[in-house]
Amino acid sequence: MLYQPWPWYIAGPLIALVMAVLILMGKRFGMSSNLETFCSIGGAGKFTDYFKVDLKSRRWNLLVVLGSVIGGFLGARVLSPNPAVQISEKTVAKLNELGFESAGTAYLPTELFSLEALAHPTVWILLLVAGFLVGFGTRYAGGCTSGHAISGLSNLQRPSLIAVIGFFIGGLIMVHIIFPLIFGS
Amino acid sequence: MKSVLYIIVGTFLGVILYKSEAASWFRIYEMFQFDSFHMYGIIGSALAVGIVLVQWIKRSKVKSFFGEPINIQDKERSFTRYIIGGTLFGLGWALGGACPGPMYILAGAGYWPILIVLFGAVMGAFIYGILRDKLPH
Repeated sequence: MLYQPWPWYIAGPLIALVMAVLILMGKRFGMSSNLETFCSIGGAGKFTDYFKVDLKSRRWNLLVVLGSVIGGFLGARVLSPNPAVQISEKTVAKLNELGFESAGTAYLPTELFSLEALAHPTVWILLLVAGFLVGFGTRYAGGCTSGHAISGLSNLQRPSLIAVIGFFIGGLIMVHIIFPLIFGS
Repeated sequence: MKSVLYIIVGTFLGVILYKSEAASWFRIYEMFQFDSFHMYGIIGSALAVGIVLVQWIKRSKVKSFFGEPINIQDKERSFTRYIIGGTLFGLGWALGGACPGPMYILAGAGYWPILIVLFGAVMGAFIYGILRDKLPH
């Protein structure tokens, strides 16, 4: 059971539990503010006061990041004998049409996330642009999936609902309009 | 001691998101295609439990594990920053198949190209910090 993919009704409540434990430790559940902490560590405070922060106050969240790296290692290397993600057949068919042959057989598409794929400059650009949009967007919106979709909505915050609607507008545009343009040919 | 607790919480989170496949690019694509209930189930059940837990924490005025009062801050009221920032985030989330948490998790899982996404994300946060005063919030 532990070695099979975990069902949504186990994962969802456990994620809520992680959030509650962090609140009960006097903190909050938000992964994207760490991106700013990395900027501060890298010396971004020289460019704008926005990055001049007391790094000590950010330390706890970096430890959560360290833990998630360990968790990813355990999840992948110890708890998952088979990395294939059983997505629906409809999804597999759509992805095959876009040129993603690895759909249904891997955890991440090898067309984007294998070392061989990095031989193509386009892949570098796509990965960089994806990251840039996530980093810029999440700081602009003041939170990501953990900060808005889980924490903010759990606290019934209207701003978080607006942000989550934005997440979906962006995601739907990317998958339905932009994907056929960049992967379709 | 506290440090160890944060690492344990993070490890727990990493295992949950990896094992539930919420860190899989494929699941994010499938979600935006509305082809499966899986991701909606994860977010929905997290919210159902999360709302109850947060309301309990707020109403019971329970103290933190370390005896301090708990203050859950409200999000600043606005529309522009949330809808524009959220949409940009969504574009990147669907393309890279990972939000910030899973980026660290996938790095730990050994998917090295995710480090390029993470580098882009740090650059994005940096450029936001530079442009912040000029952007509509």
